[in-house]
Order: sequence, then structure tokens, then C-alpha cells
Amino acid sequence: MSAKRVVTFTVNGDQVEILCEPRQSLLEVLRDDLDLTGTKEGCSNGNCGACTVIMDGRPVVSCLVLAVEAEGAELRTIEGVACGSTLDEVQAAFLEGAALQCGICTPGIIVQTEALLEENPNPTEDDVRFYLAGNLCRCTGYDKIVRAVQAAAEKRQVAASN
Amino acid sequence: MATAENPKYKVIGTRPIRHDGADKVTGRARYGADIQLSGMLYGAMLRSPHAHANIKSIDTSKAEALPGVRAVATSADLPEQGDRVVELGEGAANMRHLTANVLARGKVLYRGHSIAAVAADNIHIAEEAIKLIEVEYELLPPVMDVVGAMAENAPVLNDDIRTESVGSAPPAKDSKPTNVAKHFLFEKGDVAAGFAEADIIVEREFDTAMVHQGYIEPHNATVLWNTDGKLTVWISTQGSFTVRQQTAELLKIPISNVKVIPTEIGGGFGGKISVYLPPVAAVLSKKTGRPVKLVMSRTNVFEATGPTPGSHMKVKLGATKDGKLVAGEAWIAFEAGAYTGSPIGPACMCVFACYDLPHGRVEGFDVCVNKPRTNAYRAPGSTHVAFATETLVNEICEKIDVDPAEFRINNAAKEGVRRVDGPVYARVGMVETVEAIKNSEHYKTALEGKYRGRGIASGFWFNCGLKSAASATVNPDGTVSLLEGSTDIGGSRTGIAMQLAEALGITAEEVIPAVGDTDSVGYCDVTGGSRVTFATGIAAIEAAKDIQRQLVDRAAMIWEVDSSHVSYSDGGVHGPDGKQLSFKEMAAKLHGTGGAVIGRGTSSEATQGGAFGTHCVDVEVDVDLGKVQILRYTAAQDAGTAIHPSYVEGQMQGGAVQGIGWALNEEYWYDEQGEMRNSTYLDYRIPTCYDVPMIDTIIVEVPDPQHPYGVRGVGEVPICPPPAAIANAIYDAVGVRMHDLPMSPPKLLAEILKK
Repeated sequence: MSAKRVVTFTVNGDQVEILCEPRQSLLEVLRDDLDLTGTKEGCSNGNCGACTVIMDGRPVVSCLVLAVEAEGAELRTIEGVACGSTLDEVQAAFLEGAALQCGICTPGIIVQTEALLEENPNPTEDDVRFYLAGNLCRCTGYDKIVRAVQAAAEKRQVAASN
Repeated sequence: MATAENPKYKVIGTRPIRHDGADKVTGRARYGADIQLSGMLYGAMLRSPHAHANIKSIDTSKAEALPGVRAVATSADLPEQGDRVVELGEGAANMRHLTANVLARGKVLYRGHSIAAVAADNIHIAEEAIKLIEVEYELLPPVMDVVGAMAENAPVLNDDIRTESVGSAPPAKDSKPTNVAKHFLFEKGDVAAGFAEADIIVEREFDTAMVHQGYIEPHNATVLWNTDGKLTVWISTQGSFTVRQQTAELLKIPISNVKVIPTEIGGGFGGKISVYLPPVAAVLSKKTGRPVKLVMSRTNVFEATGPTPGSHMKVKLGATKDGKLVAGEAWIAFEAGAYTGSPIGPACMCVFACYDLPHGRVEGFDVCVNKPRTNAYRAPGSTHVAFATETLVNEICEKIDVDPAEFRINNAAKEGVRRVDGPVYARVGMVETVEAIKNSEHYKTALEGKYRGRGIASGFWFNCGLKSAASATVNPDGTVSLLEGSTDIGGSRTGIAMQLAEALGITAEEVIPAVGDTDSVGYCDVTGGSRVTFATGIAAIEAAKDIQRQLVDRAAMIWEVDSSHVSYSDGGVHGPDGKQLSFKEMAAKLHGTGGAVIGRGTSSEATQGGAFGTHCVDVEVDVDLGKVQILRYTAAQDAGTAIHPSYVEGQMQGGAVQGIGWALNEEYWYDEQGEMRNSTYLDYRIPTCYDVPMIDTIIVEVPDPQHPYGVRGVGEVPICPPPAAIANAIYDAVGVRMHDLPMSPPKLLAEILKK
């Protein structure tokens, strides 16, 4: 076991400093050290997308990022999506559109959607399906997820134009 | 898309936001692996690299010596079970097999079979420690093929299994052990006479591969064995009461010593009923005096939980040239996995369940092979047999030149028809689902384009009732706190709350539902069998009626009249001379009229009438690659009465896409040594967002008379039709009949090239 390292980054706007082993993944540190358990573990090899977080503006699967690699990074997790006690458009659209069943993939999909809408505020169905292809959902068959993403995009567009 | 709002009801048929929604879109909802307790240790398990071997010795000394390791456990730490058979709520279980599946006893029967466990200060130390455990194996030949395993000279997995013929005398104890654990036989009419009436007979053999439920949340358990001998288990499960009983039986302690606290659950589909981890975490906790958390890796989930069996089937159907089914015969062998328990029984009952078949014979076998012990997966057994029967039906339709929807309507199971296995149908909606497809925009619009084809298929699932309990407390502000014991996998607590709201005449938002632990709610059977919205719904309606009775008594007291002059309707109590008080007004008066009003309800007698679905799919086949693209998909299903139509549609869409995965991609891919070679999501390949189109839904409502509001369970049926519907569409596209699942590119291409 190598010596522990001090790692400093920001999560959802808060500066944090942690002591971790080089072998610890960012996912493990978020969940076990920072108690940010909204980020889920489904496979730990980057296949399922349940652990998706935004790192320096880019969506990453946090199970494949070592915590030490996050030194100096700006991270956004599912816990940082809502604005205070108000859901953002994506979260609200998922509830209104019944776009979740068991809900375990939902945090990763919402975070991935935030990244999509940042890049492409008006995605087509094909754009949505391509961008979310790395986020597995076994309950919904994806239909209501795709519709919710498009509904959120539209709502955000309307809000921006007002 | 959806059903029209039902004017008969105020709450039922509407689409409120689910009560647990805010927690689930903000990451606050706590699932099994999210449990963190003071002093908690992390566990890891050593699993067999071999498919079939005797364990000659296990040496744990080096692991125990590793700094940070707090305890090591093997099967020697679990009590001997002998030959006990125990009823566990979802059927009887052989306890000797159940305990050997939790921790191997002398023999490993599949790759991934658990052998030992370690509890350590962190997961990394635990994982290092299991590598230090030394096991000496004596390798045995693996038995991987269901038909091969039935052969007289096949290596035998379990020396205590003899063929049990269901409905016959038990096998002699001194007879030779075998891999064929169970034999079913159902007969109706005279099959030979039936086939003699047929103008056309088709008979084909079918194979399907083992597949996994594929829930995104891995199995987990956190257990504290307290100093007073009481255990607390935090787990994501489909049934907290069956976890309580299985854990207690496996540890041979009273059930009252075990409290199961169900966390939120990240999918189950039948796979989160059997217990794997709680007894192991319990033993480690007892040894250390600290809570222990165990979480499976994705590979563990594939290799060592309960997928659903691969199968080999021979099915034969006969019909007259004017389109009347006259006889059917099926021979079905299911892979049980390491120990008996595949859903072969339901498969036999479902194989001809969609049809009014005058003469039938069905024989089924549950066969042990060196793969994980199989389990339920959404309409267990029914998808396999629907693949066979529904492709044969289309082959007959082609030969006699009859529209496949018309044929299904003419031969459909309906009220009064007796299934081959005996039961007679009550009012069911098979005809209506086929008509819904026949009349759909999809079916009526011609499909154009080269290598494109359309297929339809139907499916059946029984749906069960079983036991449920609920209690509901009236709050002074006119809301109701509802407590029930059915773990909620897909929004059921809202569906149940809506039924309570309907019965009391309040809104869905005025009910606050919660899933309780095993010490705080009455016994509930598992969340499975498409039973929860039906049976726990009935329990909630009974609790509402209990509240109504109590409010009537309170109002009678307030008005100083006899209770017989007071009634409850339209969301309030009504008395003589036009006196009335709303539910909310009554709720505000409870403190002054005797205190809390708590309603309780149970359901145990009600049974469901069964549900049917019919699907229509358009595909395009890439004839150079053998790859199938789904172009358009419509699912029709009888939901009885749709409580929350969005979540009914969600079940239909999710089930259809799981069926698409089963049809086209998914399979356990074993090498000759019995090693699973695709035990990651990337290689196992469940459907992604990019693989499927929108799934259109048509909710058909033929109310089930056995539920006060007509509910039929909706969760399971939608997985049954897709493989057959897609096989039929592939035939329509390229003229190739597929009899082997999955219909993956190599297999389809090989068939195309044969033409």
C-alpha cells in the first residue's frame, strides 16, 4: 500500500481536501469519504454510466477516474444539480414524464443530460440516444427518458428566450 | 398513446408525481450500498474459478494474518441443515442446497460459487485478503448442456437429487442420483385424436440461452449482529420478509431475532428474492461485533446470482386448414443451474396459455448443470415458451394463408376456456389485446423497404395474489400516512397510495406512503408475480374502509346519533338532516373525539385472473452482417384498470426492451471449461438507448372482477412476446425462421447464408 496523498478539488462549488490512497477511485472517495452517495456504482468498469459526474465541464465515469487525478478539478455531482430546494428542468421533467422506475441509473442519466444540454441545447431524438448510450437503464426501455430529456431542453430554451 | 382518464374514478387513471420522486432525482434516495454505519467493516468473497470441483482443503491462515483483516468465514461457520425443506414464501426450498449456494460445502458447482468471505477495515484490504486464501480443488468434468446433463452417463452434480415427478409418489431414496430434479406432465383431451383432426402440423426444436435480469444495482447486504443476539439487515430486496425468513433459517435462529430494513432497490425483475449475502455478513458481524457490508461486483452478479435458464424445447402444433387450432404438444427442458428450482412449472403452464386448445400434452424437466442456480426473471418461463409457440403459430398462419392477428383472435383463450394444466379462465383480455394491435395505426400502415419485415406475437402471465398488509394513520391536517411492506421497485408505493386515496375520496398527494421494515408492518409476500399493485392495493383499500368505519363512529358520536344513521361517501361522512363533515374536517376533530384513527387492511384470499399482451414489431435486417435493427414497436396489454397510466406504460416499455435484448443480444457465453466469458455489461450487452426506438403502448382495460377497481398486474407480460414477434418479423424480412435465442448476428447470418 502506497502512502496516502492529500487531494484538493471542488465539489458542487465547495472546496474539499481529502486524504486518499492512490488506488482509490473518484467514485469511492465521493461515496465513502464525502458521503455523496447519489453517485451510484453499477459495474466499476465504465460500462453502465451510473457513476457519471461532470469533471471540468466534461462527463466522466467516476469509477474509471482515480481520486488523485481529480487534483484541482471542478466536479459536479447529482447533489449539485438542483438549485437549493428547487429542482432544475431536467429533474422536473424526469418526474413529470415518469422517466424513472427503480431510480438507480437516474442520477447518472440526469448528470449526463446536463452535459448534453450544455453542449447541445436542442438535441434531436437521435442526438439524445447517442449521447446517453453509455448510461444503461434496465427498467424503462428508455422511451420516457428520451422524451423527458427533450422536454427539459424545450423548457430550458423557452426560459432562456424569455 | 395512453388510456383516456377513467371517468369512473377521481384519482385512478391520473398521473401524479411519484411520492419518492424528489429523493430519486436528487441522489438522496438510499439504496443498499449507500448504507454507512459507525464502525462498519467491508467484506469481500472468494469465489470458485472452476465450474465443477471438489474442495479438498481451505487454508485461511494467511488471510487472517493480514493487517486490517478482522474475520474470515467459510461454510464451517454456518449450521448444518440436513434434509430440511422449508416454505419460504416463494415456494419450498431445500435448505441443504440453499446453504451450500450461500457458501460452498465440500463442492463447487459453478464458476463464481462462493467459498469464503473476509471482513476488513476497507474493501481493498478485504480484496487482498481473499487472494491469500488457499483452496485445493479436485477438478470434475463440467456439465454445461441441458440435454447432455439428462443423459444416463452424464456426471452428476448433486448426490442427493432424484427425479421428483410432480403429482406422483416421491422417488426412492436408494435410487441412483441424477441431474433431472423434476418432471412435470400436464394433459388435456386426447392428443393423438387431436392431431388426427389437423390438416397442418408443424413441429420444431428451439433453444434459448441463459440470460440475466441485468438490474443496475448489484446485490448487497449490511448486517449487524448485536450483543443481544438480534440481527439487523439492511438490504435492497424484493421481499424483506423472505429475507428475514431465509436468513433466520440459514442461521437457525428465530425469525423474531432478525429485523430486515429494506433500502431503496435498484431493480430486481425476480433476481432479488434469493438470499446470497446476509447470512455471510451476519457470521462476519458475529465474529467481529461490528456491522459488515458486502456488495457484489458486476461479474459476481452475472456469475453467481440467479439468472434465468437456458432451455431446449420441442413444440408441435396442429390446426385445420380453416384456421382452428386442434392440438399441441410440448417437451421442455430447463437448466436449473447448480441446484433444482428453475421456473419449468410455469413454463409448462404457459406454453399454450394464449389459446383455446382442445387437446394438449406438456412435459417439462428441471435439470441441474454447472451454472448458477437459476431464478425468476419477469414472467419466469413464459418468454421461453412464447418464443416457441408464437413462432409456430405464425408458421401455421403462413401455410394456411390466414392473417396472424385473425388466427389469434379466432383461437384466443377466453372466459371459460380450460388451460392444459387445468385451471379455467375467468374474464381475460387476450382477444382485446390482439384486436388492439390489429386496429392500431402501426398494423394498418404498410411496411415498405427491402429486408424489412413485421411480426406479431402474444404472451401470458398468471399474476398472483398472495399476502399483503397495510396500515394507515389519519393525520390532523387531513392527510394519511400509509405504511406497507411491499418493497417499491418501480413506483408501486404511489400506485397503492392512489387506491387508498380513491377509497377515501382524497387526493394522491394527501397520502404519504412509506415502505416499512419487518418489525413495523404486517407480513407481505415478495414484490413479484405482478402482485403488488393488485394485492397490496387491496390491503390499502381495506385499510381505507377501516378508517371509514372509525370515522363513521366518530361522526355519530359528534352528532349524537346511532352509527347506523351515518355513512361514508364522496370524501366525507354524512348523517341525518343533511349533516356532513369532510374527511379533512373529521381529521381535525380526532384529538377531541378519542385520539388516533389507524386503519388496517390485509389481503390473502384474492387471486388474479391473468394478463395477456400482444406486440407488433418492424425490423430491418442487415443481410451482410446479420444484424437486426428495430424500426418500430407497439405493445398492447390488458391492464385491467390502469391505476397510474404512465407507470403502466413504463412497465410495458421496459419489459418490451428487456425482451428485445433477450431476442437479439443477451446470452451467457460459456467456454468448455464452464467459464463465463462475457461477465461484464460491455460483453453481455443489454440494450442501450441507441439500440431501440420509442416503444408505443396501447393500454387495454378489461377489469379484473377480483379487484375492487379491476386492477391486473402489468409488470411481467410485456417481456413474453418480443423474441417471437422479432423472429416472425425476421422471417417476414428475409425468409429465415430462427429457432435459437439470441438471434445474434453470427447465428442469423449463418441462416441467411444457408438459403
